[in-house]
Amino acid sequence: MTRSQRWNWSLVIGLALVSVFAIGALISLFWTPHDVTAINIASRLKLPGQGYVLGTDHYGRDMLSMIMAGAQTSIAVAILAVGIGMALGVPLGLAAAAGRGWLDELIMRGNDLAFAFPALVIAILITAVFGASAVNAIIAIGIFNIPVFARLTRGAALSLWTRDFILAARVAGKGKVRISAEHILPNIANLLIVQGTIQFSLGILAEAGLSYVGLGAQPPTPSWGRMLADSQTLVGLAPHLALVPGLAIILTVLGLNLLGDGLRDLLDPKLRAVRS
Amino acid sequence: MISYLTKRLASLVLSLFVASAVIFLVIEVIPGDPAAYMLGMNARPDTIAALRTELGLDGSVFERYVGWVTGMLQGDFGVSYTYRTPVATMVADRLWISLPLALYALFLTVVIAFPAGIFAASRRGQAGDYGVIGATQIGIAIPNFWFAMILILVFAINMRWFSAGGFPGWENGFLQGLKALTLPAVALALPQAAILTRVMRSSLIDVLGEDFMRTARAKGLSTQQAIFRHGLRNALIPVLTIIGLQFAFLLAGGIIIEQVFALPGLGRLVFQSISQRDLVVVESVVMLLVFAVIMTNFLVDLAYALVDPRLRVRA
Repeated sequence: MTRSQRWNWSLVIGLALVSVFAIGALISLFWTPHDVTAINIASRLKLPGQGYVLGTDHYGRDMLSMIMAGAQTSIAVAILAVGIGMALGVPLGLAAAAGRGWLDELIMRGNDLAFAFPALVIAILITAVFGASAVNAIIAIGIFNIPVFARLTRGAALSLWTRDFILAARVAGKGKVRISAEHILPNIANLLIVQGTIQFSLGILAEAGLSYVGLGAQPPTPSWGRMLADSQTLVGLAPHLALVPGLAIILTVLGLNLLGDGLRDLLDPKLRAVRS
Repeated sequence: MISYLTKRLASLVLSLFVASAVIFLVIEVIPGDPAAYMLGMNARPDTIAALRTELGLDGSVFERYVGWVTGMLQGDFGVSYTYRTPVATMVADRLWISLPLALYALFLTVVIAFPAGIFAASRRGQAGDYGVIGATQIGIAIPNFWFAMILILVFAINMRWFSAGGFPGWENGFLQGLKALTLPAVALALPQAAILTRVMRSSLIDVLGEDFMRTARAKGLSTQQAIFRHGLRNALIPVLTIIGLQFAFLLAGGIIIEQVFALPGLGRLVFQSISQRDLVVVESVVMLLVFAVIMTNFLVDLAYALVDPRLRVRA
């Protein structure tokens, strides 16, 4: 199959795309080409190239600076949301697989229930009661991630529990908690990393959607979704206001998905063979 | 089949109860006093007390929950605090836009994904397959609301084929309404079609490796014939699961797309209610969306049993 070619192109392209945005976000922590909040009406709605690499918005703010700072928001929200999902979902999945019986049943039914609440619906619930903020977006996407990781962990852990090396560990007198931590977890780490990349990309999309409708990061925090919301009425006049943040989202998500595919190939060649 | 149905029904009812309890807890218990929350900081104590009585907040938490659920079972979702109209009628009006939009988008999703998935699977490893995979890779990365804005830019602002937003109402003709929902449905459908295409492709590829497919080819059917006569039905189980999930997603995701096109659907209702702190409405809309997800999953499970008789026994 062509998959056995020497270069793992998914990994290379994905890593390159993700690096560009990650580095942009890092640089924006201490430097951006222009002040992100500086309003300069004289040079508003400049097209890309006219003194500004990516143009300016209707307040004359530099689009490149806003994209860099927005990357920071997107990446921070998505990473923290994946963190919440892993930190709660993985132990739940491990416990379900190790405990079996009623504990397993309880956790998996809870999981089914959590699947009935899309991230947007959780965000609506939280926002209705606590108001909109980037933190609430993180919590909403994070809660959405928990059942994803719980289910994945449980499935992978269940098949490991039947293996001989786990039996050996039990014979050696190790308890279920210790076996889960010392033998199960390291063996499913690859799987979790790959899924983490995918949830990361979904988190970027969800964050953009939430801040677009005003349920995410609030002004003056720069965010790609809000840049798109701001551009809505001006899209006929200055299409670059919509194109630039949109392409930033697409390229980041595409990069993360390719990275996930590439990592799968790299970490577990067997999986790829089975999958396609 | 009967015992399978009873089991599924029991778990359906249980899920609905627990989900409603969670929603009730978040909206009515966590804020402390919903009446004080809805009226804001400067409300006079007697106004708050009056609203408390009006909303029926004087009972215990348990009584209120039971009251809310029994009300919903009888079609009474309470009265909107801001509009002073029954929430049930408000939601029903909006559903006439949101539900057709979700169904329209689901239709487009299936119409795009089935042929694309079948095409790619039957040309596995060839240029056409890679083309489809590449397209889905990009389709999955596109945020639907951004795609919606681009559609407006191209087809409404530049070409003037469609209006950029708003809804004429079904009473002005079915086709007019359908036309107004076309761009929103396309925007919603594209990323979902990309996902479904991939599922269709890989599910069909799995089936193509089965013995009965080799038999079909051996008795003289072409690959295409074998796929249409024997492959599709067997590849449908994972596809159905995803379609179920997607319908729920399209209904909830429509909320964002409705904002882009200024459609007076559930989305606008819920965002207005959030900014007006009309918790009664938010609670009902959220319950409705969650109900839709749980119900869809239930129906998908039933559909499995119809497509694959083996599952009736196993469950």
